Amino acid sequence: MLSKESLQKIDIELAKYPKEQSRSAIMAALRIAQTEKGWLSNELIEYVASYINIPPVQALEVATFYGMYNLKQYGKYKLSVCTNLPCALSGAVDAADYLKKTLGVNFGETTADGKYTLMEGECMGACGDAPVILVNNHKMCGYMTPDAIDKKLAELQ
Amino acid sequence: MAIYKSGVIFADVDTFDKNCWHIDKYIARGGYEALKQILNNKITSDVIISELKMSGLRGRGGAGFPTGLKWSFMPRAMDGQKYIVCNSDEGEPGTFKDKDILEFNPHSLIEGMIIAGYTIGASVGYNYIHGEIFEIYEQFEEALREAIEAGFLGNNILGSGFSFNLYAHHGYGAYICGEETALIESMEGKKGQPRFKPPFPASFGLYGKPTTINNTESLASVPFIIKDTGKSFLEKGTPNSGGTKLFSISGHINRPGNYEIPLGTPFRELLALAGGMKNNKKMKAVIPGGSSAPVLPADIMMDCNMDYDSIAKAGSMLGSGAVIVINEDVCMVKALERLAWFYHEESCGQCTPCREGTGWMYDIIHRIENKMGKIEDLELLDSIGNQMAGRTICALADAAVFPVRSFIKHFKDEFVHHIEHKECKVNHKWC
Repeated sequence: MLSKESLQKIDIELAKYPKEQSRSAIMAALRIAQTEKGWLSNELIEYVASYINIPPVQALEVATFYGMYNLKQYGKYKLSVCTNLPCALSGAVDAADYLKKTLGVNFGETTADGKYTLMEGECMGACGDAPVILVNNHKMCGYMTPDAIDKKLAELQ
Repeated sequence: MAIYKSGVIFADVDTFDKNCWHIDKYIARGGYEALKQILNNKITSDVIISELKMSGLRGRGGAGFPTGLKWSFMPRAMDGQKYIVCNSDEGEPGTFKDKDILEFNPHSLIEGMIIAGYTIGASVGYNYIHGEIFEIYEQFEEALREAIEAGFLGNNILGSGFSFNLYAHHGYGAYICGEETALIESMEGKKGQPRFKPPFPASFGLYGKPTTINNTESLASVPFIIKDTGKSFLEKGTPNSGGTKLFSISGHINRPGNYEIPLGTPFRELLALAGGMKNNKKMKAVIPGGSSAPVLPADIMMDCNMDYDSIAKAGSMLGSGAVIVINEDVCMVKALERLAWFYHEESCGQCTPCREGTGWMYDIIHRIENKMGKIEDLELLDSIGNQMAGRTICALADAAVFPVRSFIKHFKDEFVHHIEHKECKVNHKWC
């Protein structure tokens, strides 16, 4: 269900913890699975759980507790904008409004062509670079003024 | 983003050099000297702990607990596995300092963790890194590989007989994991829900083993303290707030960023370093220690010094050192609504007063903001606060109540105006 490369990455994570504590690798294993498949279906969560040898419900608990796991299929690019107070004071609400207008979607929605999903994020620990957009959980982009957003959207094809 | 460097972590770091984080640059700056000094001279744990106590270093994650004292709680002589864990799960709105330590000077943390492991008798350490900074997590993994290759990590470090392995654990988006016992649960592959204390991590921590958990900035300060003495660190700050500290300053100032300055520096000076108020607007309020710290009106803040005692005396907390500056154009009801939403979102759901209380608080502030508030709502918010603060396993409920209480205390007129006139008292502009 997962590529050899992904399984190798999970093995590296497993090696970080004592042998009898393979459960500790579940967060990383789910992240790696999500990076390959885009989202975590129940089947994928079950597969990852069995790979690291824990009951599926323990993996499901983690997948549903932490905010960055995708429990459904999103657009090709998931754009998370932090609109918390420090970011709002530096233009994040305006950046979010600009994205909504440009993409024609609200928070939690995906564009009709399936390309972008817009999400409201919560504190990425980068308030000094606000407005901040996190692309597909892993690529952080700071100083997202309308011009910078236009450029970024053009890059994300 | 601006970085101002007059403190012990960033003093010699050329943050414009994209290679500044590599081990060769760190060694050229005198890195790993403290570790060599300890291992070559077989300096004992007791000596290291007394140096730390002398330094006055207090936990930089927000609680301000003396680091030397924390290390002394570990049952060092006891056989069996012990752990050192670093809390790099920085997600308190306004705080972005540990990210920069990991990005520009990760080896200062690695060296600090090795010294911590040596001191408390731990052969394994983990650094729990905030989920949203994946690229920095990957770079930290690379820094760990460099330290292994150079012989500072692994078995029999520098021929001393001391062995220590260090790993990075990546979070995935839960503010609550910044609470130390939630972080441990998360590391064990569970939901990040805080544990009852006691037992404290020093007796029952990761996998039930004795564990010390420190913040990134605290651990990254350790090499300096060993190399230059605790006394010299202490003297950089004030007697009860030793050393320099990173302040993350955000909001309506000209140069948001991290400023590493002596504790006790007047707020006015920090504000000037950050370029003063943006567009010469008037300052209305400052949250001095991360979003959980009570807000202070500008006139009170302008007379504060940036140390634990001065901010506490003014009625707030130094916390993580995250300074959020708010100008006269911001509606304080709107501002509080943003914060209340955050705590509601991030409550882990374990304790009823927090899970339900944060939701109620948000709903009530939201209805005041949306022209449906009643004057009794202000009392109701206070009463909900009474049912939350101090009645839950961890401090997230208290952290949610502090902003609500302090915003209403200091800016009551804006809340009353909102309720009576169904509009903001100011012509609201975020920026």
